[in-house]
Amino acid sequence: MMLNIKDLHAKVEEKDILKGLSIEVKPGEVHAIMGPNGSGKSTMGNVLSGRPGYEATAGSVTFKGHDLLEMETEERAREGLFLAFQYPVEIPGVSNMEFLKAAVDAKRKHQGLDEISSVDFLKLARETCKRVNLDASFLKRGVNEGFSGGEKKRNEIMQMMLLEPDLCILDETDSGLDIDALQVVADGVNAMRDGKRSFLVVTHYQRLLDYIVPDYVHVLAGGRIVKSGDKSLALELEAKGYGWLENEVV
Amino acid sequence: MTDFQQTALELAAEQQTPAWLAALRQQGASTWAAAAWPGRKTEHWKYISLAPLQQCEQLGWSSESDDVALDAVEQIELDAIRLVFVNGRFNAARSSALPAGVVRFADANTEQQALIQQHLGKVVDSERHMFAALSNAWAADGVLLHVARGHKLEKPVYIVNVSTAQANPVAASQRVLVVLEDNAEAELIEHYASDSVSQNGFVNSLTEVVVGNNAQVQHYRINLEQEDLLHVGGVHVNLQRDARFHGFTLAQGSRLKRIDYQVNMLGEGAHLELNGVYLPRNRQVIDYHTNVEHCVPHCTSNEVFRGIIGDSAKAVFNGRIHIHPQAQKTLAELSNKNLLTSRTAEINTKPELEIYADDVRCAHGATISQLDETSLYYLQSRGVTKADAITMLSFGFINELLNQVPEQAVQDYLRPRLVSLFGQPSEMVGQIGYE
Repeated sequence: MMLNIKDLHAKVEEKDILKGLSIEVKPGEVHAIMGPNGSGKSTMGNVLSGRPGYEATAGSVTFKGHDLLEMETEERAREGLFLAFQYPVEIPGVSNMEFLKAAVDAKRKHQGLDEISSVDFLKLARETCKRVNLDASFLKRGVNEGFSGGEKKRNEIMQMMLLEPDLCILDETDSGLDIDALQVVADGVNAMRDGKRSFLVVTHYQRLLDYIVPDYVHVLAGGRIVKSGDKSLALELEAKGYGWLENEVV
Repeated sequence: MTDFQQTALELAAEQQTPAWLAALRQQGASTWAAAAWPGRKTEHWKYISLAPLQQCEQLGWSSESDDVALDAVEQIELDAIRLVFVNGRFNAARSSALPAGVVRFADANTEQQALIQQHLGKVVDSERHMFAALSNAWAADGVLLHVARGHKLEKPVYIVNVSTAQANPVAASQRVLVVLEDNAEAELIEHYASDSVSQNGFVNSLTEVVVGNNAQVQHYRINLEQEDLLHVGGVHVNLQRDARFHGFTLAQGSRLKRIDYQVNMLGEGAHLELNGVYLPRNRQVIDYHTNVEHCVPHCTSNEVFRGIIGDSAKAVFNGRIHIHPQAQKTLAELSNKNLLTSRTAEINTKPELEIYADDVRCAHGATISQLDETSLYYLQSRGVTKADAITMLSFGFINELLNQVPEQAVQDYLRPRLVSLFGQPSEMVGQIGYE
């Protein structure tokens, strides 16, 4: 099992957001999480990645057999969990290059490898830039500094490619993207589907799922999964909206 | 008169100095003696205490320029006209051959003496700046940088002032006069350094810069000094029509470090660009005061200062902009951002605007913050440890200004030394905001 979330309850700023969330993700599977605004989609990603202030109050999360909730934020990343942020952070003064290398080196260190040499890393980073259609000049700029919305999202995908995580959580990576950027992001994700790596694709729109075809679709509402199905569920949601599911929320 | 004022006058009497500086020295001594010693109620000294100066006993001049200690101090790797002073004494062996236009006061010819007499002590207002009066009273050796009309100095001038531990605390007086005639251009790097031995010592430094019409100076003042040094310094600049002063300053070290920048916009179209970084830690105290006098129309000034204050250190930033009634169409900007990395660190920041003209644009801002939690989380979510993330973010905060330093050699010198300041971030972990 890649990820096993059982009856997860979580609160943010004293407010209960997740109220009994359960999902099982096996290696190689792509799960789409859909749901209305305020249903807890982003909270789920933040709790899983270990964001301060997002507190699990009950239930359990097992990641590759380990108790995920017991791990520090950075440990989760090194063990292979990756969250592509809905709103990537701008960090002026820290170059994208320095940031990416620190991330890659942290993972290599965890695997018992030496730090990657600057020359090798530059080559790798440039190639990866090309894969997500970002100019290599972005490497020299501050992390996400002055990047457009689409450039920030592509930068997230680039980090995912460099870190080669086992579980990728995409938090509304498609929001604010034009169709070309969406294609780039989807191509990046699809290229990383290798039958072992798992994906949790959090999205508001069915559109993304035309490009990244999920194995399962779940509807999150009121802090728990109210309906699960295959990719046809996404199409049904697109046609009917979420209203017809609201009644199922306890 | 306080004990320290008395001691300083006695030290002046011990100096052997050229006769042509006697008038300035005399005037300086009487201004110094008459000055009221700054206390808590003296506006421009209210946040720091000068008590360490009063406690600095057995202060004396250094007798020789010490080569051994000099080896302990790394210099900027730069193809430059280099002048090295150790404890205020010129070290000829470690200095370059000087081109025409760069001369020590001691070696000035009659013409240069006249130029020095014309400007020295005239850019600075020693009635307002008592330590400038002291510098006048102590005027002896110094450096004149004179660039004739339309000329450009081929290489930067690099003045290295090194303080080293001696048997008794040492006083050092550093004096620089820059005179750029119309359309002239020069780059000057002043580097204050010391060996790592903590000892009371007192550096009083003063730089006066006269920038002629359409002339341009690139100026650096790097202060990387040991813990207990006491340093009072000033950079005073007169800008004539379309003159430009681009400055960068950095301060770390010292039990008491006070640096004043005073820029007088005297000709229309003059422009000031001044970036500064201060990084006090342990029990250091660093105080920057800047004052820009916009006396005439159409001048622009842009100041950006950033500080990271750690441990039980204290910093002061006071940025005054004074726009005179006739200085219409002035554009003046001032930004000061501070990062506190411990519960016991202290910052006093005060933008001070006095605007007497109505058609001007003047923007200022000061912030005090801790590291951004979301940035910290973002880095950690990529596997970077909290300690490393704190290091990266702290350095990033000042790196934005380092990236703008035009002289690459200065960037290359500072970057590894500043990174190493944040290189033991475990001290910062667990402090407020990062638990």
